Amino acid sequence: MIEVEDLTKAYGSVTAVDHVSFTVNKGEILGFLGPNGAGKTTTMRILTGYMPATSGTARVAGFDVFEDSLEVRRHIGYLPEAPPLYPDMSVETYLDFVLRIKNAPAEKRRSSVTEALEKTNLVDKRKELIKRLSRGYKQRVGLAQALVHDPDVIILDEPTVGLDPKQIIEVRNLIKGLAGSHTIILSTHILPEVSMTCDRVVIINKGRIAAVDTPQNLTAQLKGKQKIHVDVQAPEKPLGELLTQVPGAGRVEVSPVRADGHLTATVEVLPGKDIRSQIAAGIVGKGWALYELRRISLSLEDIFLELTTDDATHAQSSN
Amino acid sequence: MRSLYAIYRKEMGHYFVSPVAYIVVAIFLALSGFFFYLYVGAVLRQGLEMAMQGMPSEMDMPGEVMRAFFGLLSTLILFMAPMLTMGAYAEERKRGTMELLMTSPITEAQIVVGKYLASLTLFAAMLLPTALYVAYMCFHSDPRPRWSLILVGYLGALLLGASLLAVGSFISSLTENQLIAFAGSFGASLMLWVIDFSVRGADSTLGQVLQYLSVVRHFDDFTRGIIDTSSLVYYVSLPVLFIFLTVRSVDSMRWRRA
Repeated sequence: MIEVEDLTKAYGSVTAVDHVSFTVNKGEILGFLGPNGAGKTTTMRILTGYMPATSGTARVAGFDVFEDSLEVRRHIGYLPEAPPLYPDMSVETYLDFVLRIKNAPAEKRRSSVTEALEKTNLVDKRKELIKRLSRGYKQRVGLAQALVHDPDVIILDEPTVGLDPKQIIEVRNLIKGLAGSHTIILSTHILPEVSMTCDRVVIINKGRIAAVDTPQNLTAQLKGKQKIHVDVQAPEKPLGELLTQVPGAGRVEVSPVRADGHLTATVEVLPGKDIRSQIAAGIVGKGWALYELRRISLSLEDIFLELTTDDATHAQSSN
Repeated sequence: MRSLYAIYRKEMGHYFVSPVAYIVVAIFLALSGFFFYLYVGAVLRQGLEMAMQGMPSEMDMPGEVMRAFFGLLSTLILFMAPMLTMGAYAEERKRGTMELLMTSPITEAQIVVGKYLASLTLFAAMLLPTALYVAYMCFHSDPRPRWSLILVGYLGALLLGASLLAVGSFISSLTENQLIAFAGSFGASLMLWVIDFSVRGADSTLGQVLQYLSVVRHFDDFTRGIIDTSSLVYYVSLPVLFIFLTVRSVDSMRWRRA
């Protein structure tokens, strides 16, 4: 449905998007993951026909994004980072306006508006002026606008930002429900969201693609890099030495003593080894108090940080 | 065309809700009404004086009033037109709705022309009530002045407004700041106004060219009942030129940094 090939966008000396290539299959939900300034929004803006690329091609529904821009735009619903709302319009009027400029047939307008309102749970805010809505409701109107004309492709830039947890779940369910009949690209910072809603993930950093795969495959790839986390009462340097000497241990990181006298440390485990019992025996053997010992699997967050931070050290993360 | 109409409808809706539109129209009508009253008074007084001095009054009183009134109208239009266009693009860009319009299957021309026609409609609606004063005066004049003269004058006013609104539209598309849009539009309109200032009455080629370019000179002709083809050409070409420039300007927004 969407084919991006060697897409590049440069603003003078800054290359926002650097030879990016990926495809999105019909009915798929693709996640776009990356730190701020990675090039997610720029890529989306090129796909939606807002701005032209410097080089490379992108095709949506078989149409070239540059050559047949108008045709591409007919097939796309887009929610930018800040929802593009007219504060003085009512929700209903606004959605009707969007339908008109998206060339939706006149007879279907009324029903399309109602359907979009139902899907985004905005039915009782139908006649409300947009400027009177709270942030969460405004975000939902933005979402409604992206799907009101039933486009083949829906592109969402951070769709759950500003929503409360309950609304976030609703939106995620909504997005999942749209898959199959619609093709969706969504960009987000919220990593669990990607594992929960997306079929595949593109991790992008500094304009370049760092990884493209399913969330499961990505976590599996780095499953080799497991870690052990310990919480002890022990002197810093000796602890570090002990841990490094355990056979099968990789890099050791010891954090400074906390106020309560505890120390935490993480030990990277070489693939295929289970060194937990050795660590426990070692610590207890030295007469140190062992409070906690657990295994950490790398989450998508770690992979994300791993792939996008230049710095080798990164913080511990939970399971 | 449906999209163009949608934009037009939206803009008209916004004019209804925006305080700027009401203020502009109110000030315009108040000033024009007030000055109309003054002109009528002045002309009547003059006629009375002439009668008292025994001079037969051959003065065309309604004509005098109209001449002065149209002069005032042109000045008011010079100030009011930029006010009607200054918000056209600034708000859209600030709210990010420009991104919505430009990622929808709608051309820049449809956006620009839709907005322009809305401003033109508001302008015409603003001009209309002044016709009431004029009509009232005409009914109470003996002999009645020629309708055609007044109609031609108003046509000129409409065309003048159309030109200045197009200029304002262009300037407004260049900036996100309404104040700058107003100042720029006013400045540009003023330049087109006095462009022939230094060469009034001159016969040189340069003089002729500059006189032709003056946006108010053609209006003066209209108020005298003269419809010159060259003036019509001017009054059609100018808006077309500036609308074209506005379309290019809107298109260039795609190239500006995010």
